[in-house]
Amino acid sequence: MSQESTASTAPRKSLFTPFNVVAGVIVLVGLVITFLRFTKGIGAVTNLDDNNPWGIWISFDLLCGVALAAGGYTTSAACYLFGLKRYHSAVRPAILTAFLGYALVVFALHYDVGRPWRLTYPIFLSQGTTSLLFEVGLCVFLYLTVLFIEWLPAACEWLRLDKLRKVLVKLTLVLTIFGVVLSTLHQSSLGALYLIAPSKVHPLWYSPYLALFFFVSSMFAGMSMVLFEGTLAHRNFHELMDETHLEEAPGVVTGFAKACSVVMCGYLIMKMFGLALENKWHYLATGYGVLFLVELIGFVALPAYLYAIGARERNRTLIRFTAVWTVLGIVFNRFNVSLVAFNWQLPSADRYFPSWMEIAISLFVVTVGVLAYRFICTRMPIFYEHPDYKESH
Amino acid sequence: MSIKRRTFLGLIGAAGVTVASTGARAAGNAHFDGYPGSKGVLFDATRCIGCRKCEAACNAVNELPAPAEKFDDLTVLDRSRRTDAKTFTVVNKYETPSGGPVYRKMQCNHCLEPACASACFVKAFAKTPEGAVSYDASVCVGCRYCMIACPFNIPTYEYDEPLSPRVRKCTMCRPRILEGRLPGCVEACPKEALTFGTRDELIKIARKRIEKYPDRYLDHIYGEREMGGTSWLYISGVPFSQIGLREDLGYASAPELTSGALAAVPVVAGLWPALLGGLWAINKRKEKIARQEKREAVENAVARASAEAESKLSAALSKAEVENRRRIEVEVKRALEEAGLNDTKEEG
Repeated sequence: MSQESTASTAPRKSLFTPFNVVAGVIVLVGLVITFLRFTKGIGAVTNLDDNNPWGIWISFDLLCGVALAAGGYTTSAACYLFGLKRYHSAVRPAILTAFLGYALVVFALHYDVGRPWRLTYPIFLSQGTTSLLFEVGLCVFLYLTVLFIEWLPAACEWLRLDKLRKVLVKLTLVLTIFGVVLSTLHQSSLGALYLIAPSKVHPLWYSPYLALFFFVSSMFAGMSMVLFEGTLAHRNFHELMDETHLEEAPGVVTGFAKACSVVMCGYLIMKMFGLALENKWHYLATGYGVLFLVELIGFVALPAYLYAIGARERNRTLIRFTAVWTVLGIVFNRFNVSLVAFNWQLPSADRYFPSWMEIAISLFVVTVGVLAYRFICTRMPIFYEHPDYKESH
Repeated sequence: MSIKRRTFLGLIGAAGVTVASTGARAAGNAHFDGYPGSKGVLFDATRCIGCRKCEAACNAVNELPAPAEKFDDLTVLDRSRRTDAKTFTVVNKYETPSGGPVYRKMQCNHCLEPACASACFVKAFAKTPEGAVSYDASVCVGCRYCMIACPFNIPTYEYDEPLSPRVRKCTMCRPRILEGRLPGCVEACPKEALTFGTRDELIKIARKRIEKYPDRYLDHIYGEREMGGTSWLYISGVPFSQIGLREDLGYASAPELTSGALAAVPVVAGLWPALLGGLWAINKRKEKIARQEKREAVENAVARASAEAESKLSAALSKAEVENRRRIEVEVKRALEEAGLNDTKEEG
């Protein structure tokens, strides 16, 4: 990884670093599967069938992708709305990741839906307003636009478009509020997608609170992802960071850890209410119950505790480890709702397991994201304030 | 469980937010009994012999591709089958504890308030006044949320179609119904296991049969209330769960399940900007006051410091003046003394 950063900043060196070679192979394989997908159909590359219409392209690329890109609205809300100016240097990286994350979610959907060129139909042609998926679609479309505009000042500084930049910076407050509204709506409605299928989702994961669970968990998912990316960025782009960024970083880490810990405790209580409301305690004694407890204790209660310890003792190594753990927990939760608990009553022969090509496309999408992130970070003022635009925000 | 959920949704609905459209009607006391005079089909499990004539008719009427096994091959009944992109209806054989196999036909149940229609984000599905749930491939994006939503696992997808895949399902032979003809499967059934008519009539017929032969039938019409009611109805001599019809679906229609979540949209869209904007304004004011206080404090400090410095300076100046004067006096004195000394030397 360290070689990668030198390669990116010193282009004269060989391009064949281990990172580039692996990324290149993944991209090549992804392109081949893309060709197969659009010439032979979804059936040729996936294990989807009539009982299991949604696979990991929805579970990982959409559900996890959107949840983990929540760092954009949490960080910008903390800085611009909650008045936590000391997080200012964390906003740009978070907005960039959120923008790329959402862009990739939409990109990945082109593989999953049958006729991707019709993806704008629900917005412009025939609005199915009774559908939770309509809410998701409309909000993701609008929020992607918001994130693009929020990210644009960085590109303007790079390309020296001063007039445009001035106009955009004035929109910050409105965009931030709009972003939080849109995020609340679509983060929650991703969970609410499953409300319509109470007979298919295991009772431990089906709850009238599904929408709330998805929204609240998106907060600590997003913040943990900001912490995780911070770790990676400090390892690879350290020399790009200015003094302000480096000075503020430890504060961001402990501050976010504290916030995550509090939100996770609230989430834990809500999950308990979910069990109590419909008296589902007896399911805990089943196999699914064990899985549920692993998710709740291992991936929520434990990291909430570790975050609290890390924040109190200013142990940033512990916090960074916990962030990775929390991100894995979010992936675990989204997979549980959408794959493990979904269709739980079907015989095991009718259950879904992804094909290697589905996994390869998901890897391909992530790789494209990492490459785009690196391209932008090494060219635009993301980790530092552009000297010409200091104090002008 | 479902009662509690309905109570919960009812409470949210009572909060006064109604999402008015083709489906979400949980709010308040409004309910939908189905279009008057809409058509349906009654399936009688005690009459079906598993001959697969309905499957053959369906295949022909809908011009579907020929199946791998011919329709007179009854060995396919030994395995469990479901609808797929090339098959809109299948008959399955169920071995029941009460002895003897029971056959049950599977196809779209044409719900009164269909989950697929409620879930579709481009309104590709619609409950038509004649009773059929129709599908319009010309707007379909292919998200397959209808397949997630359908409690009966009916919609299927053309996964092998690379560029123009469609969702496929039973149409209740709507074109034939509009022409005044029977659906293909009903017409082909040799045992009158399928009865076509208005849904209201069919419920009466089913009740009469149950009343007349109480030993032969269970006292329940499946589909009368399940998932808010369906246009395809079933009566049987064995529990419905034994012939693959789930009895845990509840009576709430699909739109009722999601109306609570949809009702949250105007709440968030209305409240959030006000609350967040307020938060921003409070913080901004706090910052402004803090800045002002800081400026005042600095000004005061500067004023105090400069006053102090001035007095110090003047004190130092006057002190220096005194010292200077004294030094001059001393110098003068010494000069005078030296001059006096020189005079006496010269004199001496």
